[in-house]
Amino acid sequence: MDDVSVTIRSDADVVAARGMGRSLAEDYGFGMTDVTMIATAISELARNILKYAHEGEIVVETVQRNSRSGVSVVARDDGPGIADVGLAMQDGFSTADSLGLGLPGTRRLMDEFEIVSSPGAGTIVTAIKWLR
Amino acid sequence: MPVPILKQGDCLIASIQSALTDADMLDLRDELSDRVGRFRSKGVIIDVTVLDVLDSFASRTLRTISEMVRLRGAETVIVGIQPGVAFSMVQLGLSLDGVTTVLDLEEGLAHLERSRRARAALAGG
Repeated sequence: MDDVSVTIRSDADVVAARGMGRSLAEDYGFGMTDVTMIATAISELARNILKYAHEGEIVVETVQRNSRSGVSVVARDDGPGIADVGLAMQDGFSTADSLGLGLPGTRRLMDEFEIVSSPGAGTIVTAIKWLR
Repeated sequence: MPVPILKQGDCLIASIQSALTDADMLDLRDELSDRVGRFRSKGVIIDVTVLDVLDSFASRTLRTISEMVRLRGAETVIVGIQPGVAFSMVQLGLSLDGVTTVLDLEEGLAHLERSRRARAALAGG
């Protein structure tokens, strides 16, 4: 299955990224509810790129580990980075005009969630949903 | 793509046809607020049946529209939130507190009809 990569620079790119992620997840056999959760997670991650880094990339690809298959969503930017990832993962934490729900909420939509970030070094979020 | 807005009696029906960008959502907000005044509408239905994602921005904009329309003297009803969308919104921690939501367009029209009768009864009494 082809991986999907979308450069995020505008609100139209957010729509494009979640649409392509949705198609890939559907083709890979995810049910409606899971597809919607994946598309929503992509939307939130793409939004964070726009809001904090202004430009970045979303890559959606299939993954296999042990006997499991799933899709991974990687959101990558060269923006300001996150000084305290632990704090950013707390419900209610907000650095801008978000509702402060972005990252913890997105984690709840997916099965695995990892952030690599430091100030000035950009941010890479990897989120995986496994096929049941 | 702009959202078509139909006028039916004293109601406006915004029938979303495809995925919306943030700019489209903001246009819908401004357009509805404007038309409520122009047509002296009492009710607004926003049909989101085709939307496969209601993320933080879309939820916040729906809340804003509902409140703006209320301040302009009309009532907003959101119809057609799909089961997977509802589940994702709950997982994400989003709420539409203070916004009336009903199952589908039919229920939305029935809700606004009940509001109309209640207003008429008040005016008559």
